[in-house]
Amino acid sequence: MEWALAVAAILAVVAVVFVARPFLRDPAPASDRLDELAPEARERLALAEERDRALAALKELEFDHRTGKVSDEDYRAQVGPLRRRAAEVLRALEGGEQARRERVPDPGQRVP
Amino acid sequence: MAPLGRAALLLAFGLVLYALVAGSYAAWKKRRRLAHSAQNALLIAFPVTLVAAIVLLVALGRRDMTFQYVSEHTSHKLPLGYALSAFWGGQEGSLLLWLLVLTGYAGLAVWLNRRSRELIAWTVPVFGLVAVFFSFMLCFVSSPFNVQPAPSDGQGMVPSLQNPYMLAHPPLLYLGYVGLTVPFAFAMGALLSGRTDERWIVATRRWTLAAWMFLGVGQLIGSHWAYVEIGWGGYYAWDPVENAALMPWLAATAFLHSVMIQEKRGMLKVWNMILVALAFNLSLFGTFLTRSGVIDSIHSFSKSSIGGWFLAFLVLMVVLSAVLIRWRLPLLRTKTKLESLVSREATFLYNNLLLVALCLTILWGVLYPILSDAVRGETRSVSKPYYDFFLHTFGLPLLLLMGIGPLVAWRKASLRSLGKTFAVPFGVAVVTGVVLLVLGFGSSWPGLLAYTFCAFVAASIVLEFVRGRQATGSIFKLIARNRRRYGGYIVHAAVVLLAIGIAGSSAYQTERDQVLRPGQSIEAAGYKLTYTGLKGVRGPNYTGYRALVSVSGHGERFGLDPGVNHYFIEGFTNKAAIYHDPRSLGDVFTKAQLAGKHGARIDLQVFVKPLINLIWVAGFVFVAGALIAMWPDAVEQRRLAARYAAGAAPAGI
Repeated sequence: MEWALAVAAILAVVAVVFVARPFLRDPAPASDRLDELAPEARERLALAEERDRALAALKELEFDHRTGKVSDEDYRAQVGPLRRRAAEVLRALEGGEQARRERVPDPGQRVP
Repeated sequence: MAPLGRAALLLAFGLVLYALVAGSYAAWKKRRRLAHSAQNALLIAFPVTLVAAIVLLVALGRRDMTFQYVSEHTSHKLPLGYALSAFWGGQEGSLLLWLLVLTGYAGLAVWLNRRSRELIAWTVPVFGLVAVFFSFMLCFVSSPFNVQPAPSDGQGMVPSLQNPYMLAHPPLLYLGYVGLTVPFAFAMGALLSGRTDERWIVATRRWTLAAWMFLGVGQLIGSHWAYVEIGWGGYYAWDPVENAALMPWLAATAFLHSVMIQEKRGMLKVWNMILVALAFNLSLFGTFLTRSGVIDSIHSFSKSSIGGWFLAFLVLMVVLSAVLIRWRLPLLRTKTKLESLVSREATFLYNNLLLVALCLTILWGVLYPILSDAVRGETRSVSKPYYDFFLHTFGLPLLLLMGIGPLVAWRKASLRSLGKTFAVPFGVAVVTGVVLLVLGFGSSWPGLLAYTFCAFVAASIVLEFVRGRQATGSIFKLIARNRRRYGGYIVHAAVVLLAIGIAGSSAYQTERDQVLRPGQSIEAAGYKLTYTGLKGVRGPNYTGYRALVSVSGHGERFGLDPGVNHYFIEGFTNKAAIYHDPRSLGDVFTKAQLAGKHGARIDLQVFVKPLINLIWVAGFVFVAGALIAMWPDAVEQRRLAARYAAGAAPAGI
């Protein structure tokens, strides 16, 4: 009975210390603000997702064409718009990246 | 020991309550250290819950009858393995297992994705909320650590649970049920934080697959247990508790398909949120059905006081999910539209509609008796014909779609391409159907259709592998580069095997039932079964008898010994005897009981079930496919890490 309570007490102390650890390790932080994406970074992320989708769609189309699931005619009709879309997204991403680099220092990526 | 268990549970309750309250406040007020602290509370809740679980396991292993739970579910003569399995054999223990798996999953999922702070900050309180409910139940409503003056022996374990399959079936189901909390918590976290991009999907993809695999395998093992142990000659009885596990699996299957459309086309964001919430709430509903005692089932626990609590929590979670989805609707709407009704994404959509329709009709079948009892005071049941009708109506088209989907290109498919890709599978299906019809399989139209559709799907899968191999030069390269796609096809192959096994063993089974004296015979599907006599048996905690039956037919000669066990404390149970025919993959299933009090006459029941073993083989293929689909792909990992590094810290996927 007593040993069980002792184990329970040790367990409780370990748990409390572990839970309090962020405050014990960093008692007076310069900033206690939780990271969140700035609107600009959210836009960049949306573009990155769109870029990955466009590139994956192109890859998928190539594979379906090679395996005979998409005819030559269908392939020619679909590949152009997909490539254009991928190029547009890549341009938008590069444009955003360039604008970001031009700003010194870089405050846009994270909210402090 | 019991005080340690109680203390550990109280501490776990305090920790997850802190994760909920402090986590919500931190996420709302954007407090970094407090959010981290709440995350730590969730992380340490697992080892603390593990201490409580170890206390219960030790008590079960020692048969410590001062624990009320131990005395209610074990006896001194119960073998150790079954005594330990009593952990999930009763209500309080299985609630503890829920909490243990939940805190384990939550801790691991949060830790792996700890760098996505914004999303995790809101995911932690959602995990906390679910864990608070289960730990509250364990601390204040249904504790496994209640003590009593030790009785001389316990009440033992229900005989049907004394089966090796019961060592694996419930834990696997729990790994599945509870696993669905992970995508739910991340989805709700995404809604709360406004991070409705694909981050939550990337974070939970493998978790969903794993939970879905565990749920699938758990059900299959449960079916096998029912088949060999319950002794009614079948493996699935549309029992409410069986349905309770099937429904979230169907919803998760729909989600696994529709989430691919979101990833590839950026569509169906609202639908995916609904499916994740549906799968999770159905898993809660399943637990509610098993625990509350509102339904009468061999799988459920007796009437208890926890049903009301479960129902209240279920309603809370349904309302919470619906409100959050409604609130974030503007963020979830997308501009992308379906380009053609003949495309891969369209077939996925049809598949989703059929899966959800099947799921909801099963849900209605489960709810109707409960509602009619509550509203009219009448006990009505929904029987096999209802479920069979909807299984045929939605299941057969689903089977067909499984073959059509892979043959159709993404975005848009022309009729010319379809004609080319469909020619071989269509030809194989037609030839199969005609040959089967000639061979006399027309006695069951659903069976014939199932076989024909299976031939179509199998041909389309083989064709996909052959063409893919031609394009890449190697089958291994093909699978390694497209694990999700080809892992998925292997899972489809498992479903084909399952469908063939189900059709064969149900639509084309032979059943005989006759009272026999020693020396008398019975014939079934070309087998002659002769009853030769009785023998007694004795085990560690039972005695019983076996009817000796010699069987001949189809060039085979073998013996079977069905009978009855009489457990000292727990009572009688049937013991079926089954012969697995390796050539036909079918079974000769027998059960026997003494007919009358005197003499050695027995009532012998025989089921000849063609192809039934394909159902169990399907389980192995299913696991192989699921593992391939969820196996990490280093190239994809790097791509995703780079993507999220652009806007946030690298993803810990």
